[in-house]
Amino acid sequence: MTVQAGTVTGGGSSGALRAVGRVVVLVAILGFVLYPLLWMLGSSLKSPTEVASNLSVIPTEPTWANYPDGWSYIKGISFGRFFTNSLVIALATVVANGVSCLVTAYAFARLHFRGRRVWFAVMIATLLLPSHVLIIPQYVLFNYFGWIDTPLPLIVPKLLATEAFFVFLMVQFMRGIPRELDQAAKIDGCSPYGVFRYVILPLSRPALVTTAIFSFIWTWNDFFTQLVYLPSPSSYTVPIGLRLFIDSSGQTSLGPMFAMSVLSLAPVFLFFLAFQRMLVEGINTSGLKG
Amino acid sequence: MALSTARQPATGARAKPGRSGKPRESRLRRQEGLAGYVFLSPWLLGLMAITAFPMLFSLYLSFTNYDVLASWDQVEWVGLDNYRRMFTEDPSYWHAVQVTLTYALIAVPLKLAAALGVALLLNRERRGVGLFRSLFYLPSLLGGSVALALVWRAMFSGDGAFNDLLAFFGIHGEPWVNDPAWALETLMVLAIWQFGAPMVIFLAGLKQVPTELYEAAAVDGAGKFRQFWNVTLPMLSPVIFFNLVLETINGFQGFTSAFVISNGTGGPVYSTLLYTLHIYNEGFTEFRMGYASALSWVFLIAIGLITVVFFTTGRFWVHYSDGDD
Repeated sequence: MTVQAGTVTGGGSSGALRAVGRVVVLVAILGFVLYPLLWMLGSSLKSPTEVASNLSVIPTEPTWANYPDGWSYIKGISFGRFFTNSLVIALATVVANGVSCLVTAYAFARLHFRGRRVWFAVMIATLLLPSHVLIIPQYVLFNYFGWIDTPLPLIVPKLLATEAFFVFLMVQFMRGIPRELDQAAKIDGCSPYGVFRYVILPLSRPALVTTAIFSFIWTWNDFFTQLVYLPSPSSYTVPIGLRLFIDSSGQTSLGPMFAMSVLSLAPVFLFFLAFQRMLVEGINTSGLKG
Repeated sequence: MALSTARQPATGARAKPGRSGKPRESRLRRQEGLAGYVFLSPWLLGLMAITAFPMLFSLYLSFTNYDVLASWDQVEWVGLDNYRRMFTEDPSYWHAVQVTLTYALIAVPLKLAAALGVALLLNRERRGVGLFRSLFYLPSLLGGSVALALVWRAMFSGDGAFNDLLAFFGIHGEPWVNDPAWALETLMVLAIWQFGAPMVIFLAGLKQVPTELYEAAAVDGAGKFRQFWNVTLPMLSPVIFFNLVLETINGFQGFTSAFVISNGTGGPVYSTLLYTLHIYNEGFTEFRMGYASALSWVFLIAIGLITVVFFTTGRFWVHYSDGDD
């Protein structure tokens, strides 16, 4: 920083000019980043005739009509059903991931048992395993159980800590909790279960919150597994419901499509507003500080 | 870097407090060993039932003609037929390989370059960094969704907003998503648009580069470019490596945008047929699950090989300043 400060004072006006140039470039990039989102929002308020010729972000005659139209666009089923389905799966995933990953992470981060290093290496390896590789046999398995078209194939694996990313995130977090606390609890007569209950669990709150937020957002946005496991319209989630807009071409469906797209992103966006600092820092704590 | 700080408490505080009685210690240790497996049991069960068994099962399926509609006694062992068919008879297979490699080889480096460039710009700013950082990160949060893929499809269609913009400059645009020559490029733009997540990681890495190094380089007469080349890049190499591995593996697994933009077909004319889409189509629209399993295994081996290549070549250019050696 000192070097930069030196060049700025030394360069005088050219340094200030460069600073202005940087801000201009950053604002231009920001325009590129935000335009698609603002355009989606604006288009969701445009009338069918206006949505056709459409570079502008701001509708000339804003109308809410696209929202009720989109909500009941699919015959027989409203988007409310899709939202309920998505919400059930996302909330169940949040709970399942939180519980199972916390318990697993405690074993890896704090307990000494035979084979720990090997299992930890296996867990890291599954982190890089593409889900598309497992989808066929898992489908056959869940089909055998009769679980297709229920939320079970999407939730039960999460109960078994299959999201290695969150296990890893929590292990990293727990390594930062002072060991002296465990030892004090042990001297007071706590078993490994007691240490978990009275030391690790209460102190792991921040990691649990991060896991909950990311679990929710990723499940909410997930498409591939929901597409595979939820074949009938009554069990569709929001992303699968949105897909139905692809088939219908023409101007009349464009407005409702944008409206439902906006609604589908609203929960994620609200999470972003509420927890933006945590989200941005969250991706740092996970990967780098290891 | 932070590597050592995270490890310290783990090893440092293991000085055994209970040296008093041996039998008691071994009993405690046994208790802890048992507790370890109790806490690990959900994960172990998941590993066996949801990961390991399905993997072996899919290896078996890849040597059969299994489809989900037939009953089990109709399943025939076909040996290496699926693999032979893949490499010699399936015209879409090589399209899928080519499309996936093109996508990953172009979109991933460009995305990382954008991420690093913006991070370098932001690193110089003192005010408003938090706001810029959050807003740049927003696409990474939303971009993988079906909604954004639909928006992209509308924006880059023949009469979409992008062509309106081009028309403003007097250029007659292409029907981007419906043009075999351009459909994949629109997917790449969507991927690059989500540069925020690696950018945030780069930014954190840049903050860790000690300023003394720049001072020393400046004293030695190094200009801005030499400082970047000889200080920033080597110091940032672990972060670059991390982002490269992560984004490449993510790149190979792109699915949603290709599915939505091509309406599940991988078209026009195979141009957006990512490998994952090919697996999906073979398995879940054609119901050739044996064949799709074979596709999956080749995919897994390919990703494994790429990871190995990264980690072996990484030794030559990733510079760890932990002082391990």
